[in-house]
Amino acid sequence: MSNVSIGLKRTKDKSMKKNHVGKWTKKHLLGIEELTPEEINLILDQAEGFKEILRRAIPKVPTLRGKTIVNLFCENSTRTKSSFELAAKRLSADTLNVSAETSSFSKGETLRDTARNIEAMKIDMIIMRHGCAGAPHFLTKCVDAAVINAGDGAHEHPTQALLDAFTIREKAGSIKGLKVSIIGDIAHSRVARSNIWALTKLEAEVTVCGPKTLMPAEIEKMGVKVTYSLEDALKDADVANVLRIQLERQKTSFFPSIREYVNTFGISSEILKKYAKKDLIIMHPGPINLGVELNQDVADSEYSVILDQVTNGMAVRMAVLFLLSQVKKGSK
Amino acid sequence: MSILIKNGLVIDPANKLEKQVDLLIENGKISKIGTGIKKKAKKEIDARGKIVAPGFVDMHTHLREPGREDSETILTGMKAAVSGGFTTITAMPNTEPACDGQSQVRFLLERAKEIGLSNLLPIGTITKARKGKELSEMGELKNAGCLAVSDDGSSVEETSLMRRALEYSSMLDLLIISHCEDKALASDGVMREGYISTVLGLRPIPSEAESIIVERDVQLAENSGAKLHIAHISAAKSIEIVKEAKKRGVKITAEVTPHHIALTDEAVRTFDTNTKVNPPLATKKDVKALREALKNGTIDAIATDHAPHPGNEKEKEFDHAPFGMIGLESALSVLVETLVDGKILTWTELIEKLTINPCRILKYDRGTLSEGAVADVVLIDPKKEWVYSKDVIKSKSKNSPFIGKTMKSKVTNVIIAGKLIAEGL
Repeated sequence: MSNVSIGLKRTKDKSMKKNHVGKWTKKHLLGIEELTPEEINLILDQAEGFKEILRRAIPKVPTLRGKTIVNLFCENSTRTKSSFELAAKRLSADTLNVSAETSSFSKGETLRDTARNIEAMKIDMIIMRHGCAGAPHFLTKCVDAAVINAGDGAHEHPTQALLDAFTIREKAGSIKGLKVSIIGDIAHSRVARSNIWALTKLEAEVTVCGPKTLMPAEIEKMGVKVTYSLEDALKDADVANVLRIQLERQKTSFFPSIREYVNTFGISSEILKKYAKKDLIIMHPGPINLGVELNQDVADSEYSVILDQVTNGMAVRMAVLFLLSQVKKGSK
Repeated sequence: MSILIKNGLVIDPANKLEKQVDLLIENGKISKIGTGIKKKAKKEIDARGKIVAPGFVDMHTHLREPGREDSETILTGMKAAVSGGFTTITAMPNTEPACDGQSQVRFLLERAKEIGLSNLLPIGTITKARKGKELSEMGELKNAGCLAVSDDGSSVEETSLMRRALEYSSMLDLLIISHCEDKALASDGVMREGYISTVLGLRPIPSEAESIIVERDVQLAENSGAKLHIAHISAAKSIEIVKEAKKRGVKITAEVTPHHIALTDEAVRTFDTNTKVNPPLATKKDVKALREALKNGTIDAIATDHAPHPGNEKEKEFDHAPFGMIGLESALSVLVETLVDGKILTWTELIEKLTINPCRILKYDRGTLSEGAVADVVLIDPKKEWVYSKDVIKSKSKNSPFIGKTMKSKVTNVIIAGKLIAEGL
């Protein structure tokens, strides 16, 4: 049995290289904005192969053996950090987790110094989550290692958008022409921005919905429709990607109360029955504020693909780590 | 010492002069302008192919001394000024301590005299320690040599205090330079609100954060008859307000920086912290309005807002870096490329906004080449190409998004009060 699976793995790995590696040239993955539709599809196709590997009895391949990957997390994260770490381990890379709480940031060391010190330990890749937009772009100027953006402020969260696209493609067959609504705090959401880029590049029709106070300026120029009505956003939608509402936004009066938010934009099974198509796909990047943007019964319903997103996240991140690792050192 | 500058294209906007003539400097003054001056001078400069203009006057310079000598000193600031053709600079009062009394003013003037490079005009604060709580002793500041007062770096938040500041200053005929920013509205924003801030996910500063305070200060100045100057104007809405106020006869003037004229918020896309300035780089629509306002005279002057910050402070995440960029040494080339080559202003109009106009606003007796005037003169090689690199920058800080850019046109000779301060620049 195990011999068979090793044989399978080898042929699979070879075919992956033959089909895709030649087309990937970017050293870093900083955002979706700068990717072509071909590059996005390349990652998604690659991820399919890795999803197959994840289904095996021993879901591990030696692809990145000898590579060292650092998870530099300067902002809290459970899902993304675990997902990247496990993805790296499934590819046999050595991983190191550095988080802001335990690093020297608290001693006043700058990001530049921290990154350069980490790099001096001879590492290959840095996966960074940071509260400031553009921090990974700054990081690329400080170090030679490849940089993967695991979320920078309200800017981008490319692997989230890729795993969302992967999940939509898996469930609906194709993304082109689908109606996707992104609902919630658009202004402060990197998930919204990366999703908008990915989905519009793959020719979905994207609508954003949320309180006007949480809608950033001129967002329609990104190629999306804007609505302030949940009914509009849900009616005819094939996919609803529901964003987490950060409860502290209420303190700065972006909306009057959680209660009013729930009444206006909260998604319950009653609302879905009233407005949504039967085959609507509900997504959420997590963690969910249950009873706020999404009710428990919706999260657990057949509409929901939230746990598939988590599984697919692993496959997509494996694909990203793999593709970036094939780019020659010293390239831009 | 006498200097004869021969065959240059002399541009003196105050006298509407633009002509190839000779210029003779004797005893620190312009003694003669005309063709074929025969008089023997100690030093003769052949200015063929060059422009001869009054020395530039920067009405918005941050020198950081006292307090932050790691970013700039009066000496390094003056060297940068000379290198960029500014024969007069100001010292904005947001130093540590702030320039809010005669002892600080005297320190600045004394240091300037010791250094003996460019002229230095200290600007006092509007409020004590620039804290926005009590008026500073404007009478004393004026007597000590301040031509204007400003709390630059922030607005005087309390409207009642700003009203009194304008009333009091108008009694003294002292100019108030207003940094217009509604702090609550700008909040913790780091760039101008618009499509680019949305794409980048950087916290936005709406343009009304400026224009609301411009409107407030215009109304207050109109009421008291005070002289109000709007610093680093950056929004189309603010320009409309200034334009209308001028029509009504309000004593209002405005300046714009070279970077707000040359760059848009697009420049922030690289997350280069040198593009983080306050007010933030404006949207395309705003920049278009700024250029038009320079042309039609709504904006009177160009000022650098030279704001040095050391490398370690700018080499940070965009959110954490301080606001500001240096500008003394890049100003002319950036302006020539954007405005003269961009067919928005003529050379004469550009020089006017760098010389006589700021002097008129400040009531400062320079900025012209009239016979008998103090001889602050620069020679410009309009065709000279050079690279604006960290190595050539005289300022102690190198925080500029223009670093590495090939520049066209350069000030080559600087004469201050008849003394040849620099040549072959």
